Amino acid sequence: MKDYLPSTLSGIAYTGVIILLAVMPVITSALGQGFYLDIFSRIMILSIAALSLNLLIGYGGMISLGHAAFLGIGAYCVGIPVYYEIYNGWIHLGLAIVASGIFALVTGAISLRTKGVYFIMITLAFAQMVYFTFVSLEEYGGDDGLVIVLRSEFGNWLDLESAVVLYYVIFFVLLLTLFFINKLVKARFGRVIVGSKYNERRMQSLGFDTYRYRLVCYVISGILCGIAGVFLGNFTSFISPEMMGWTRSGELIFMVVFGGTGTLFGPIMGAGIFILLEEWLSAITIYWQLIFGAILIAVVLFGRGGIHGLLTRSKRR
Amino acid sequence: MLEIINLEKQFGGIKAVDNVNLAVEQNEIHAIIGPNGAGKTTLISQVAGELRPDGGQIRFRNEDVTFLRPAQRARRGLARSFQITSVMLPMTLLENVCMAVQGRMGHSFRFWQPTSRDTVLMESAMQALRTVGLEDRAENIAGEVSHGEHRQLEIAMALAMEPLLLLLDEPTAGMGPEESAELVSILQQIKGEKSILLIEHDMDAVFSLADTISVLVYGQIIASGTKDEIRANSEVQLAYLGETA
Ligand SMILES: Nc1ncnc2c1ncn2[C@@H]1O[C@H](COP(=O)(O)OP(=O)(O)OP(=O)(O)O)[C@@H](O)[C@H]1O
Ligand SMILES: [Mg+2]
Repeated sequence: MKDYLPSTLSGIAYTGVIILLAVMPVITSALGQGFYLDIFSRIMILSIAALSLNLLIGYGGMISLGHAAFLGIGAYCVGIPVYYEIYNGWIHLGLAIVASGIFALVTGAISLRTKGVYFIMITLAFAQMVYFTFVSLEEYGGDDGLVIVLRSEFGNWLDLESAVVLYYVIFFVLLLTLFFINKLVKARFGRVIVGSKYNERRMQSLGFDTYRYRLVCYVISGILCGIAGVFLGNFTSFISPEMMGWTRSGELIFMVVFGGTGTLFGPIMGAGIFILLEEWLSAITIYWQLIFGAILIAVVLFGRGGIHGLLTRSKRR
Repeated sequence: MLEIINLEKQFGGIKAVDNVNLAVEQNEIHAIIGPNGAGKTTLISQVAGELRPDGGQIRFRNEDVTFLRPAQRARRGLARSFQITSVMLPMTLLENVCMAVQGRMGHSFRFWQPTSRDTVLMESAMQALRTVGLEDRAENIAGEVSHGEHRQLEIAMALAMEPLLLLLDEPTAGMGPEESAELVSILQQIKGEKSILLIEHDMDAVFSLADTISVLVYGQIIASGTKDEIRANSEVQLAYLGETA
């Protein structure tokens, strides 16, 4: 249990990050760096996605290589209604929750019958099926994607067309997600998920049908990521099957590992550093992915437990 | 309570369990003894549901449980301990026992209340740790405690399930003589209140605890009876003298 509570140093760092995110729009407008507001909006959206994936990988030991499918499903739940001039954000959100939930239930029910590398392959296969389904949907742009002409409408009091409002809505959803996951992993359900990662056989002999718990966890994770997808669609205003390709799923895994698997806050750090590095390095050189890869290897090798590991290591001998 | 009828299990060419018939009565301690490789663990794994029998039937409280999953059997009141310690190593001892308590408290689809503030859960788990003398080690990580403590944890988890029938697979295996004696006295305390199927190599433990003893050799029950009957049985003595040091 201790592993999931931030020790002091990391606790301070994480509180700092939250405060920084809370005041970011003020900072960027003061510095006239509106561009960075966009960057941080994207970081927060992908943080939500990475948090949901961490529920599977970090807490549950279920390594899914198809998680970006949920991002895509969520985004298309904005794109397709908007294409038909349905702008109501609650409809978008509701659709995304139902669609990603059903997709998670069906694919999870099948994938979770397998273990290890087979699970990785089968989640990848399902995600690729969704990818190619959207590629083949000519009506919605196929390969070329779909422009979202107007963002989701949540009533007059909340205008997502404003970058700052959108930023704070995403920030709010991120906080909710963080709060929810924190509750979840400390409650009985979360303990069963973590226990099953460590010793599934023993958990079964204690009376837990681990498959069912994992399936529910998979559905929760899928829905959270679908919600992130709704905001990704709104944020980019342009969606295409590319956003659910397997390399996108791989990036989400990067973020989780980068931040520290199975830690509450790690994925947010991972997403932040991933996107900032991508931004800065790609400005310096076209070979940025080479440097990026080297940094990832270093963090995994020496950080042992990602950023969270680095922040807590000095305390742990 | 438990009835095993014509149970069979084959691994390749070996009959690990060969037409075994056995019954455990309510609140009885039924011990199974036998040399290494006799099929004792295989038998327990079949009762617990981890191994599918090749033939025969297992009845628990007048219900055919032969094809139930381990989790289903656990929820019906069957708990096992493992000969080779099998716990959640990165969790604390308390967390491990909590899992066992959680398992018997109905479903765990509870997403809100932190288990650490669940006093009923915590208190039952601590109680189980106290029973085996591990209360001081509650916050230690299971992967970092001694071998003997692992064995005690196994027992604590099985007890915490508050089962109707306890399946113990060599609970004293790897314990020092002191820990071993302590465990025997713990089991002595619950003797008469709980049905136990006990596999044990330590003859002192067996003879001080068991009501009934069955002897398993090469997958077959060669003798079954009270302590005195078993002690007097020449075939058993032969098997034991022949097979073990
Ligand atoms: N999963 C398996 N696959 C193949 N053979 C097995 C398997 N499990 C057990 N056996 C074999 O079945 C026989 C019985 O093994 P089992 O572990 O049940 O014996 P045991 O009585 O528990 O022995 P011990 O006293 O050493 O614990 C042995 O010959 C063993 O090698
Ligand atoms: Mg054995």
